[in-house]
Order: sequence, then C-alpha cells, then structure tokens
Amino acid sequence: MSAEATSPRINYLNADYGVRSWLFTKDHKRIALLYLGTITVFFALGGLMAALIRLELATPAGDLLQPDTYNRVFTMHGVLMVFMFLIPGIPAVLGNFLIPIMIGAKDLAFPKINLASWYIFTIGGLFILWSLLNGGVDTGWTFYTPYSTSFSNTHVVATGLGVFITGFSSILTGLNFIVTIHRMRAPGLTWFRLPLFVWAHYATSLIQVLGTPVIAITVLMLALERLFHLGIFDPAYGGDPVLFQHLFWFYSHPAVYIMVLPAMGVASEIFAAFARKRIFGYRFVAFSSLAIAVLGFLVWAHHLFVAGISVYAATVFSVLSMLVAVPSAIKVFNWTATLYEGSISWETPMLYGLGFIGLFTIGGLTGVMLATLGIDVQVHDTYFVVAHFHYVMVGGTIMGYLGGLHYWWPKISGKLYPVFWSKLSALIIFIGFNLTFFPQFLLGYMGMPRRYHSYPPEWQVLNVLSSAGASILAVGYLMPLVYFAWSMRYGKPAPANPWGAVGLEWETPSPPPTENFAEIPVVVGEAYDYTQRNYRFPLRDHHEVAHV
Amino acid sequence: MSEMSHGHEPLPGLAHHFDSYDQQRESATLGMWAFIVQEVMFFGGLFVTYMVYRREYAAAFAAGSHHLDVKLGAFNTAVLIASSLTMALAVRGAQLGKKKTLIGFLIATILLGSVFLGVKTVEYSHKWHEHHVPGPHFVFESTGVHGEAIDPHNARIFFSLYFAMTGLHALHMVVGIGILLWLIWQASRNRFTPNNYNYVEGTGLYWHFVDIVWIFLFPLLYLIGRH
Amino acid sequence: MWKNFPLFPPSASTLSGDVDAVYFFGLAVAAFFSLLIFCAVLFLAIRFRRRSPDEHGTPERAIVWLEIAWSTIPLVIMLGMFGWGAKVFFDLHRPPANATEYFVVGKQWMWKFQHPTGNREINELHVPVGAPVRLTMTSEDVIHSFFVPAFRTKADVIPGRYTTLWFQATKPGTFALYCAEYCGAEHSRMIGQVVVMEPRDYQAWLVRGSATQAVAASGADLFGALSCNTCHRADSAARAPLLAGIFGREIHLADGTTIKADDNYLRESILNPAAKVVAGYQPVMPTFKGQISEEQLLQLLNYIKTMAAAPAPQQAALGGTEAR
Repeated sequence: MSAEATSPRINYLNADYGVRSWLFTKDHKRIALLYLGTITVFFALGGLMAALIRLELATPAGDLLQPDTYNRVFTMHGVLMVFMFLIPGIPAVLGNFLIPIMIGAKDLAFPKINLASWYIFTIGGLFILWSLLNGGVDTGWTFYTPYSTSFSNTHVVATGLGVFITGFSSILTGLNFIVTIHRMRAPGLTWFRLPLFVWAHYATSLIQVLGTPVIAITVLMLALERLFHLGIFDPAYGGDPVLFQHLFWFYSHPAVYIMVLPAMGVASEIFAAFARKRIFGYRFVAFSSLAIAVLGFLVWAHHLFVAGISVYAATVFSVLSMLVAVPSAIKVFNWTATLYEGSISWETPMLYGLGFIGLFTIGGLTGVMLATLGIDVQVHDTYFVVAHFHYVMVGGTIMGYLGGLHYWWPKISGKLYPVFWSKLSALIIFIGFNLTFFPQFLLGYMGMPRRYHSYPPEWQVLNVLSSAGASILAVGYLMPLVYFAWSMRYGKPAPANPWGAVGLEWETPSPPPTENFAEIPVVVGEAYDYTQRNYRFPLRDHHEVAHV
Repeated sequence: MSEMSHGHEPLPGLAHHFDSYDQQRESATLGMWAFIVQEVMFFGGLFVTYMVYRREYAAAFAAGSHHLDVKLGAFNTAVLIASSLTMALAVRGAQLGKKKTLIGFLIATILLGSVFLGVKTVEYSHKWHEHHVPGPHFVFESTGVHGEAIDPHNARIFFSLYFAMTGLHALHMVVGIGILLWLIWQASRNRFTPNNYNYVEGTGLYWHFVDIVWIFLFPLLYLIGRH
Repeated sequence: MWKNFPLFPPSASTLSGDVDAVYFFGLAVAAFFSLLIFCAVLFLAIRFRRRSPDEHGTPERAIVWLEIAWSTIPLVIMLGMFGWGAKVFFDLHRPPANATEYFVVGKQWMWKFQHPTGNREINELHVPVGAPVRLTMTSEDVIHSFFVPAFRTKADVIPGRYTTLWFQATKPGTFALYCAEYCGAEHSRMIGQVVVMEPRDYQAWLVRGSATQAVAASGADLFGALSCNTCHRADSAARAPLLAGIFGREIHLADGTTIKADDNYLRESILNPAAKVVAGYQPVMPTFKGQISEEQLLQLLNYIKTMAAAPAPQQAALGGTEAR
C-alpha cells in the first residue's frame, strides 16, 4: 500500500551545503533541525541543574551547595526546562517539520518569519545563558514579587529579558501555524480529514498567540519595577504583590497546555500508526484539543488558593479546574478504545505512547486532587506539586517528544536507529522516571515543602529513592543522544514508510525533498484510513498507469 | 523541482510556496490579524493593572491625571486619527497601483506620527521637570481634586502606569515609522502592485491598531475626573 | 521502623481527619482510574498484538453514548470531589467566634509570635490543646507561608496586608512548622514548631514567660502615645469617627460606597487614611506610615478591637512607650 522508495539522491539535507545554507535557510525542515540542536543544548543544561538538585537532596543536610547556590540551581532548572525546552519543544521541532508535509504544502505560510523565530529563540536563550554563566537567578522560575523586585541580588532583569524575547519566538511560531493550517491545506483536505497532530498544534498555537503576550508584559513590568521602582508590586508603595501572581499565572497555566497538547498530538499519531487503525472518536479528540485550549485560560487562580484570595473566588476556580480535566479524560479513553480490535505492534514509538498514556493519566489525576480545595491547602507548595507537574511534563510531554522523535526519525534523517537500544532506553526511562517522582507524592503529603535545600532526616529514605531514580533517568536520556547520532552515520537507509503507517508524511521519500512533494496531493478521505488509500497524486498515478 | 503548473515561470511577487495571489494575500491578512490579537493581549496586561489600581486609589489617579496636559493630549489624538486617514489613503494608493499617491501618503503618515512623538517628548520633559517621573527623584505634593490629601506613593503608581502605557505605545509608533520608511524604499523600487501590496495593507492594519490603543489611553489617563 | 520512615504526618488538629478523608478519596479516585487505564491499555495491547506484517486494525464508528458516558461520569465524580473539598476548605477558613487571636509576623528568616497576653516568641508557638487559635499574620519583607503539616493547614503571609489561619489542636506535642513559600537564601531553615500543651501547663508557661504587657494594653499605650485619642474621642465626635465597636461593622464612605471594617481596612486607615474616608468627615487624619512597626500595628489593631461600646478615653498619661 505504501510506496517503497529509497532515499532519492537529492533531499532537503543534501540540497545545499555549508553553514550559510543552514543559517539562512527558509526550509521548515532545516529550521526544525536548527531548533533540535539548540533545544537539546538547553535540555542538557537544565538536566545538569536537575542532577545537582538530586545530588544535594540525597542527604538531609545542605552539604553539597551553599543555600544561595542551590536556590540559583533550582531556578535555572525551571527557567531552562520550561521556557527553553518544554514550551518550544514539540512544536518547534516536530511541528515545524511535519505540519506542512501533513497538510500537503510546500512550506509554512511565512518561512522567513519561521527562521526569525529560531533566531529570536536563540537570542533569548543567549540572555539566559549569560545570566546562568554569571551566577544565575535565585527567585524561582515563578519570579514572585516582592522578592524578585526588591530583594534578590541576582540577574533578574537579564533573565526576564531572555524570557521576554523567547516568548516572541513562541508567538510567531503559533501565528505561523494558525495561518498555515487555515490557508495552505491541500485540495480535498477539509478540517475533519486533518491528522490529530495538526489539530493539537492548532489548539496549541491559539494558546501561544493569546497567552504569551501576557507573560511578556508581566516580565516587562517586573523589570521596570526592579529598575525604576515603579511601585506596582511593592506594598510599601501601595502595590499588590499578589497582582503579579495573577498576571504570571494567567499565562503560565495555559502554558502547561502549550506543553502537553502537542504531546497528545504525537500520541494520537503513534496510536493510529501502531494499532493500524483510525483513532476512536476522532472528532471528540479534535474538539477536546480546542476545549483544553479555551478552558485552560479560565483556571489560573488555582495556583493562588492559599495566597489570600477570597474563598468564593477559590471555589469558582476549583470548579473550572475540574472542567478542564474532562477533555483530557476524553482523549485518554479514546486512545485506549483505539487499541480495541487494533493490530498492535510494540515498536519503540509505541512503547513511548503506552508510557505516555499511563504517566499522563497519573499526572492528570493528581492535578484533579490539587484542584480539590481541601487537599490543596495541605499539599500546595510541597513536593506533591513537584511530583504532579513532573508526571505531566516529563511523563507526558517528554515521553511524547521522544516518542515522536523515534517515530519520525527515519523520515527526518533518512536513517534507521538500532531497535534493541531504543527499546532498552524507553524501558530505562520509564523505570527511572517513576522511581524519581513517585516518592515525591509521599514526601509532599508529609509536608516537605518545595525549594528546600535541607530537610529533616525522617524524609531521607524517600529522597534517596528519588535521587537514585534520577540517575537511572539520566542514563535513559543519554542513550538516544548516542544512538541517534550514531544512526546519522551508520544507520541503515530508511524506506519512505518504515512503519507501514498511513499519512501524507509517509507518501514522500525519507528524507523528503526540499519542496516536500514532487506533486501536491489531493485528499479524498479521512485520516488514518487503513482500509483504502485516500491520497491521489494525479500526475504520478497517471504516469505509473501509462507505463504499466 | 517542477511547479504545479508545469514549466510556468513563477508569477512576479508570488512566493514559491503559495499557489495564487489570493492565497498569499489571505495568508498575509490572517497573519496580521493574529499579530494584532496578540498585541491586544500584550497591552491588556497593562490595562488590567491600570483598572485594579484605579479602583483602589481613585483619588490619587484623578489627582495625577489632572497634572497631565489635556490640550496636548487632545491635539495628539487628533494628529493620530489624521495619520490613520493618511495611512488608509496610502493603502488605497497601493491598491490602485498609484506609486506617487502611495509614497506621498506614507510620507504624510510619517510626518504626523513624528509630530505625535514630538509632542510626547515635550510632555515627558514637562513631567521630568515637575519631578513626576517615578524613580529616586519622584515628588508629588499636590492635593486631590477635592482638596483631599493624596498619598504620593499612590500617585507614583499612576505615573508609573502613565509612562509604561504611553511609553510602550510610543515604542510601537517608532517601530511603525521605521516600517513606513522601509515601505517607502520598497515602493520606490516598484515592489508593490495591485496584485501584491500585502506589506502595505498589513502595515495599515498595524497602524490603525496603534491608533486605537491611543484612543483608549487618552481618556483613561488624561480625562479622569474631568468634566 | 515507621518512626524513621513515616509515610504520613501526625494528625493533631480538629480538621486533620477531614483533610485526610478528602485526600484519601482523591487518592482512591486517582488510583482507580490510573489502574483502570494501565490494565486496559496493557490488556488490549497484548490481546490485539499484530499477527502478520500486513495486518491492520478494524476501525469502528464513534459511539456517541459511550463518549457522553465517559465524559459525564468522571465529571460527576470530580464535581463530588470539588464539593467535598470546598466544604473542608470553608471549614479551614471559618474560625469559631471564640478563637483566641495570636499575632504572627514573618520575616526573612524567622517567625515572630505574640500572644494576646503579650508573651513573645521566636520560631516557637506555645498554644493550649483543645482551644481554637486564630493567627493574624503579616510579613515584614517578602511573601512567606505558614504551614503546619500536622494541622493540615497553610496560609501565605504577605507584606502589606493581613491573612488569617486557624486551628484547634487535639493533642499535646511538638509539631513542625515550615515556611512554604520560597523567600530567599534561608528559606529551608525558616522552620519552627508549634508546642501544644495541656491548658494548665500553658497557663503556667505564660506566667513564667517574658510577658511585659498584654497586647491590648500595649495597644492602649500606643493609642495615647501617638495621640490617636486627640481626635478619636467621644466628646469631639465631629473630628473623627468613634472607634468603639467598629470592628466588623459596615462603614459608609465619603465616595458613597460601603465597606466592612476588617483588619485590612483598619490597617490601611492608619497607614493611608486618605484612601477610604468615612462619610461626613473631613480628610484630615495624618498618615502613620514609617512611624509604626508591623508589630505595633498589630497591637493597635488588637486594642481597637477590644474597645467596648462605652470606652473610657485613654489619656496620654502612660509614658514610656516609644512610638518606634
């Protein structure tokens, strides 16, 4: 059913050589690889911070780092991971690469803006890197006032500027995706024939465009307050430090859906491909993505339940937070149902998909626990929250990201990676992850607060388990770095469709030519159709018929 | 490497990844609207902060507002509205393929925008001399509109928001003028045709948006408690 | 073994059980659905393993009633969790009327307590068992958070305003207190303890302690020393409103709105009197910002709250209290 073509001699990777051909490219596929490079660097730095944290916390006493240093380490861990890895992550790498191909287009709507997005991202990252090399920031990635405006002696403004600049990269990527999906779909490709990966990125882009400007202005106000003592957040001037929290979380809550929606999009693709059938309840899953994006803007104050907001406001936000969990639940049930009567292969991407659905479920349900007011009072600002968000961001987003990389790597690189090592690293990551973060739920309910450098001795056993898990997890993350690099040089050439999957990206060679398709396809049916072929390439089909 | 319609010369001014001028124009327009939506959210953060503190410190805000020059503000409002008119006429010129009209109205828009910025500079320097710029030299000793005592700290918050909001707006004007200059340069090289004047149209949308932001800023900052 | 490897904090307040109950319910729901999905996914992934390389799955049409069911049932369960959690939350925020008020000032990196009797403590708070305790708290610098896991309660401590928290201890003992909002270098060491004592022991401890003066009495001194009584007195009611019984009352302001005279309103009226002027009065009250510390403010507030309906005007005859 799928075209078995070997790599053509000319593809987007070898179409042009030299540093300039990469740094001035307009090809969305090359830009995706530029992002892959820089994002991996930031992930490694953030991971280094994490290693320091878990090393320190293996013993109750604060004996590895000075308290001040520890505070900078956990802050930089958060800033690097959230702003420089998780938020751009899947959209910038996989979204950029795949969306034009999945909709049968030659590129995104605004290729030059796409390149500009990468430069903006990198420049913002350089500010943060500069700050890191000059001692970092010690406010926590949440920058709460008045500590960040009037008390911290670190490079708050530089880091804030880095976040501000990187935010525009996110906005422009979202804008590009929205216009592309609206205007550049191939003939016959109606909205409900789109892959769910595209739906997920559309919803993500809505959040990026609407939400990111709010963190931008908030960080700007923070910087102005710090530099000129405006008084907006300083109680000595009549300012309200809690106002900062409202403004901050108005973006930062939807931001977590920027992180997880694309991973859900990847999960949909993986389940469809490795069960070889259409996603059960396609329209429900598509609409759920939109529902998550919309509802995600209405729940921000569940981060402020103990910050002194009125009990009535707290009640409203608690209910809304329950509502936002429903579309996620719908997706989980639909993915599960997809497996029924499927033809399931346990290849590496599917291992990540299965891991994703389990870990995201745990993360999401503990989120519902946090949304429950009576529970949140006890566990707010404890390791319970830390465990929750790592389950959804690492167990969710990173599993989705790695699953997507493993699924589309043959398409992106034209090479196959070693199966045994990839399955082994998936298993190591799953085990390491759970060992690292499950004990933290227990620590949280017992009362271990977040951002603690030292702790009472009775909490050591759980902390040691967590740190042991972290070392296993680190090994698991290093392995793909090694074998993906290895595959670029020594991997077997990949066919156009190594998985026997259905999708426009599998209709073009691995790696694709610069213009993606020799001929723009026409779509005549729904996505993930394993019973009949829904793509037409009139000229190619005519040519093949004529020559039979 | 073949085009969709085999062997055609690529159409002038049509990017390689678009199929038609229509698709290109619709994409550009949708893109600019999306950009404007995010600008609304950007300014929105400041407007929300303004609303919170105006409600909390109504008297101080009114007192601060009375120290702004309403005449200059109103003049600036008229100037900006006029510049939106010249901008719209520039877009029309591009639409009709009239290069001289386009360039002429672009120049007019730049001039009016510059007048606006000049007046703002004058206003800012007044504020500096009256020690109303938040910072180490801030002083506010006036009483309120009805003679009540005003906490200078609260007035400071008003002026902080005044400078933040009008400053951000002015920055958008400066960027806008820069873009207009670039448009003049491109227009002089015959870049824009009735089939493809998307950059002019997009800039027009942006300019009108910046104008509308000012139309909100003027009453909120200059006209508090005035009759 | 469990003493050195606990899985649960001690249960030491009247609401600990309620919080634990809703927590266990949430945990049960989370565990149930997690296991459900885990098992279903694993089972299906094995049961429907691919048997030959070209095999594909059998698609089904969407089953709408199923979609509705698995949307509605979780929603109902979650709304139940919400309701239960909200009830516990309300209880955590509704101190009994007879709660004794203690005063807390958090600062980098210590907790300062003051008993109504005037006893002061640092990082340690002694309270009697079985009596409701209400804490009125503020910060001198950055945001902190007062957290006692054994009591299952927590509240942020914010500069520039008051927040409250209440508990009633159910058994004697020493219970850990943590700062739960990152506040700078020594955040991890801003810890203390709540020492719960039998009532008799508590009284004895109070007497032994270093109480100079009851908080209300300190407040009375300040009221005189700062000359509040020159305007806020019964015989010159034209100049300033009477403060007796004012706490908790609805106040009509000069701009036509009404406000409830709570802790934060009283505090603001001392520090920024022009912000909310009472209807019928001139805005002539001077500000005391910069002349009075957080603890002194708390003492004044406490005094105002204890002013009975017919106050004896305190003259500034009690000397010796510096207004700083």
